Amino acid sequence: MYIIMKNLILAVVVFFAGFSIQAQEKLSKNAKYVIEVNGNCEQCQNRIQKAAYSVSGVKSAVWTIETHELSLILNEEKTTILAVKKAIAKVGHDTDEVKAIVESYNKLPGCCQYERK
Amino acid sequence: MKKQISILLLFLFCSFNSFSQDTLKEIKVQSANKSLQKSLKLTANTTLLSSKELLKAACCNLAESFETNPSIDVNFSDALTGTKQIKMLGLTSPYLMITEENIPSVRGASQAYGLSFTPGTWVESIQITKGAGSVVNGYESISGQINTELIKPIKNIPFFLNAYGSSDSRFELNTHFNRKISDKWATSLFVHGNTRVSKNDMNNDGFLDNPLAKQVNILNRWQYTNAQKGWVSFINFRYMNDKKQTGELNFDPNRDKLTTNYWGSEINTERFDISTKLGYIFPDMPFQSIGFQNAFNSHNQESYFGLKQYNIKQKSYYSNLIFNSIIDNTMHKFATGLNFTYDKYEEFVNVTDYSRTDNSVGAFFEYTYDNTTNFSIILGGRVDNHNRLGTFFTPRLHVRYNPWEKGVLRFSAGRGKRSANIFAENQQLFGSSRNFEILNSGGKIYGLNPEIAWNYGLSFLQGFKLFNRSGDVGIDFYRTDFQNQVVVDLYQGPQQVVFYNLNGKSFANSLQIEFNYELAKHFNLRTAYKYYDIQTDYQYVTQERPLQAKHRFFGNLEFETHITHKGRQWKFDYTLNWLGKQRLPATISNSGLDSMPEYSPSFSVMNMQVTRTFSSTFEVYIGGENIGNYKQQKAILGSDNPFGTNFDTSIIYAPIFGQMYYAGLRFKIK
Repeated sequence: MYIIMKNLILAVVVFFAGFSIQAQEKLSKNAKYVIEVNGNCEQCQNRIQKAAYSVSGVKSAVWTIETHELSLILNEEKTTILAVKKAIAKVGHDTDEVKAIVESYNKLPGCCQYERK
Repeated sequence: MKKQISILLLFLFCSFNSFSQDTLKEIKVQSANKSLQKSLKLTANTTLLSSKELLKAACCNLAESFETNPSIDVNFSDALTGTKQIKMLGLTSPYLMITEENIPSVRGASQAYGLSFTPGTWVESIQITKGAGSVVNGYESISGQINTELIKPIKNIPFFLNAYGSSDSRFELNTHFNRKISDKWATSLFVHGNTRVSKNDMNNDGFLDNPLAKQVNILNRWQYTNAQKGWVSFINFRYMNDKKQTGELNFDPNRDKLTTNYWGSEINTERFDISTKLGYIFPDMPFQSIGFQNAFNSHNQESYFGLKQYNIKQKSYYSNLIFNSIIDNTMHKFATGLNFTYDKYEEFVNVTDYSRTDNSVGAFFEYTYDNTTNFSIILGGRVDNHNRLGTFFTPRLHVRYNPWEKGVLRFSAGRGKRSANIFAENQQLFGSSRNFEILNSGGKIYGLNPEIAWNYGLSFLQGFKLFNRSGDVGIDFYRTDFQNQVVVDLYQGPQQVVFYNLNGKSFANSLQIEFNYELAKHFNLRTAYKYYDIQTDYQYVTQERPLQAKHRFFGNLEFETHITHKGRQWKFDYTLNWLGKQRLPATISNSGLDSMPEYSPSFSVMNMQVTRTFSSTFEVYIGGENIGNYKQQKAILGSDNPFGTNFDTSIIYAPIFGQMYYAGLRFKIK
């Protein structure tokens, strides 16, 4: 009886322990994100991708002109998605959370100046 | 104990993070409409030929797939074997690395005829790289790399049939069967047969212009793909049997083999290959992958040329393990791995035994930097230990820079080292009275030293739009410098060929200027001018290499009509090749009729093809090769006395057969 109780408590403790580990945000070394980045021509692609790469921890950044989507793989132990959005906004491109300041937007070459929402 | 284990398992299960990973959707790249693609983004000078390009001409086998593209010079089939030989940057195929799905395929015993052992319909695409290529596949390439990708079972249609017939009595049949067994497994079976049944002698010299032939070729492929887990694997089984008979018209193998009744030759080859490729792409890291390739093949050629016998058996094993990943981010990629090769040759020239075993082990590392904007560089090196070539280092460098829109500048440099298989690579010389002499005796390969060469190249490509139509212009220059070469000397006299290690300089300079333009919608023009300056310090003279034109001109016009709603279309294709004079081997000491001048005349050869597509599943094509009917006047020296001292079938500088017309059909079930 006592042994059964002991095992049951042990099992319950283990169960909850497992749960609590799940509840914590485990940082992924290869986290995938797809964010919308506003931009127009091929020159924008270079600027956006370069800005993303300048953030240490970004492993892969691919921006497609047609969909305005930037596919990212980043190491969450080194950086966050917010840091990447800030870096992109800094060179003049809007993202959902971070908007570029007017000066950065105006510095963009003609073909790149997308419609700002 | 049991309880502890079950608790441990429970713990692992609970703490296991099953994030629903957002696996990146597989991006299916639609193959571009252009049949010949020259990238502005690839670092190496690589041209991609898609299957659409291979439909422009008869392309019965791989050797004939380069007729409509100027990067590769297709030479004329020799009077003996009917096989077309290819050259890149002025150098013959032994100096190219020819791979099939990145596994070296045409080498060693199969060097001479290997390209004719892959039927054209099996090919999905061909990548042609000029200059020193990548270190990942090996150290042997000197002037370029040709990689053939075969059709993959997963993408294939259930049934394909191609039937072909030509006026020189050559008939071919290709059938492809494909089946998707499950969502992960697919298999294809390709069966090819070709034959030439009648004797042709267009120039009335008493000798067959092209050989009587029979070939059967079977390929069975299995593909396993598990996109979620990241596994891809291929297993191929291949069998080929090829028989050729050539020589005098009256030659009967059963009666005259190895006698002096009539001169004849038979070349029988049997080949068996098994190859596997296993690839694993780390599921959450698409930039990291491991590949493991293994190939085993057994090649057996039994042949005789008049009274000369040549038998070569080669058993090879090739293994390559590659790991691809990034450093920090995808701007810095690297590939590294290990390579192992083993070759067992059993080679007999008449009664002399030249058998040997070669093996090598190597490790390579290749780093690629791409700033995703306008610059990339590939720096690679490998170290190999070979039982005959020693321990050596092979560096390769490729640089690409895009100075402005649609412009790309490329530079490459690299070293290559190889063993010259002097008999297998110069088999056409058996069809002559020449005495084979090997001068040196200290080396490890037939008494000779390994061939070592450095290749450097610079190229520039510019795309432009004129009158709202696109075009491009390109110029490239390559130089190959031999540190050591096995010189094949045909200048010492018509009764001998002398092999020796290079003493002095040997180089090949090649310049190509290309202009391509879309004249109108679906009407394209390709032109190229090539200049070659290839010289070697022979034993007694410094001279151009024989049978190499200094100037070549290439032009191709293609026109397509619009595809109607039923899928009907007409396609027209015209190719012109002009060759300047070529230096011929020394035959001046032969009396009168059996001697050739110092230089051949210049001439041009034209090919044409018309294709009528009736629907997306059925098309018919008809065409002609050498429609100008240019023939080499005297193809075979000493044809009246083939067992005499002036006999030579190897001095071929132009087509022998004359005009040839063909027709065929292609039928698919989708």
